[in-house]
Amino acid sequence: MSNTVSVFSGFQLNDIWFMAEAAGRTMLISAVSIVVGTMVGIVCGWGMNAGNFIVRSTLGPVLDLFRSVPLLIQLVLFYNFFPIIGWALDPFASGIFVLSLYTAALVTQVARAGIDSVGLPMRRASRSLGMSYWQDMRYVVWPIGLRAVFPAWVGVALSVMKDSALVSVLGYVELLRASQILITRTQEPFLILAVAGAFYFALSYPLSKYSQKLEERWAS
Amino acid sequence: MDYNFHWRPVFNKLPELLSAGLTTLEVATLSMIIGIFCGLLLAIARMSDNKLIRWPATVWVELARNTPALFQLFFFGFGLGAFSIHLSPYFIVVAGLAFNNAGYLAENFRGGFQAVPDTQIRAARSLGMTSTQTYIRIVIPQVLRIVYHPMTNQMVWAVLMSSLGMMVGFRELSGETQFFASKTYRMFEYFAVAALIYYAIVKVILGGAKLASFRLFRY
Repeated sequence: MSNTVSVFSGFQLNDIWFMAEAAGRTMLISAVSIVVGTMVGIVCGWGMNAGNFIVRSTLGPVLDLFRSVPLLIQLVLFYNFFPIIGWALDPFASGIFVLSLYTAALVTQVARAGIDSVGLPMRRASRSLGMSYWQDMRYVVWPIGLRAVFPAWVGVALSVMKDSALVSVLGYVELLRASQILITRTQEPFLILAVAGAFYFALSYPLSKYSQKLEERWAS
Repeated sequence: MDYNFHWRPVFNKLPELLSAGLTTLEVATLSMIIGIFCGLLLAIARMSDNKLIRWPATVWVELARNTPALFQLFFFGFGLGAFSIHLSPYFIVVAGLAFNNAGYLAENFRGGFQAVPDTQIRAARSLGMTSTQTYIRIVIPQVLRIVYHPMTNQMVWAVLMSSLGMMVGFRELSGETQFFASKTYRMFEYFAVAALIYYAIVKVILGGAKLASFRLFRY
């Protein structure tokens, strides 16, 4: 029996489970933020496109702010802002709040480009066929615009998935944070980072290839 | 709301924050220059017929585009430690950002290269230029013009991504802000000012790029 106490212990089987759980949390926080952010972003994109001067001149700069300030700063800022106004939000809720707003800021541009991609003649034609404004939106603008910007939306969603790694700064244990915890314990940075990177890659690569293929097919 | 905002400690440290902002700009610019250079090489390598050249370039580009930037920084920071390569925080950030920029720029450049007609290359070659001369004097200037706008966007991304330096212990604008904020516990005030400085940096870059484009693309 040796007298030295080993502080570090090697990579074990249940560490894989620990990382898988963390990967699940990464997926959860990004899925919720992408869904909420996309819905808000579509409404904002419509507002930027069809809204009057007041709507556009308030919405534009605000969304621009979210695109021009690093996500890391936004996260820390809001996380420390909520207690000031008396909300007790945990890292998960604050993370979702900020990531959703960030997604919304990016999706707004995509949605706006989608509506713009449907030409005015087409929309006049649908209106003169007797469609209401909302029917025109639902049956003409939505399907055509979606086709035009779907690949761009996939790009935004994937970048939000990757950026969700930054929520670790608030102490939320997602995949990258979990791997850092494991690195501290096992002192095997290369192996663990490779596993974490492989997970992100496995999620992101097929989707980006798929959207690229869709883009090529729809372009022709 | 019973929170008292204290802005004075932030204003006292404003000179430090602004000079940290310059560090941010320096790191972003340096990583961008390396990124443009590597990105051009990657784009050319990906169009090569030789598998041994094409494959490593493809792996680089796909890794840079499909993993988080923070992961890439951690990799340069801690991952390389496994091979007893220890970089200083400054080089971790520069190397990580350059790796990331190169991957994203390579895809833009590839589109740019494809937009230059083949006939121009043939014309240049038939005028007696070598292949290298053709690339440097005919193709690349046109590619840089086509990708000018994506490149400005990437520069903005580089500034935003450099904030990740905070996570690997580099004292650029975010790291410096974090340092002072944890000294005084004025988290919100410090980070609000940092956000404003970032916003100003981004606006200056976009404005400068617009002005430069008038000068560069007169013809």
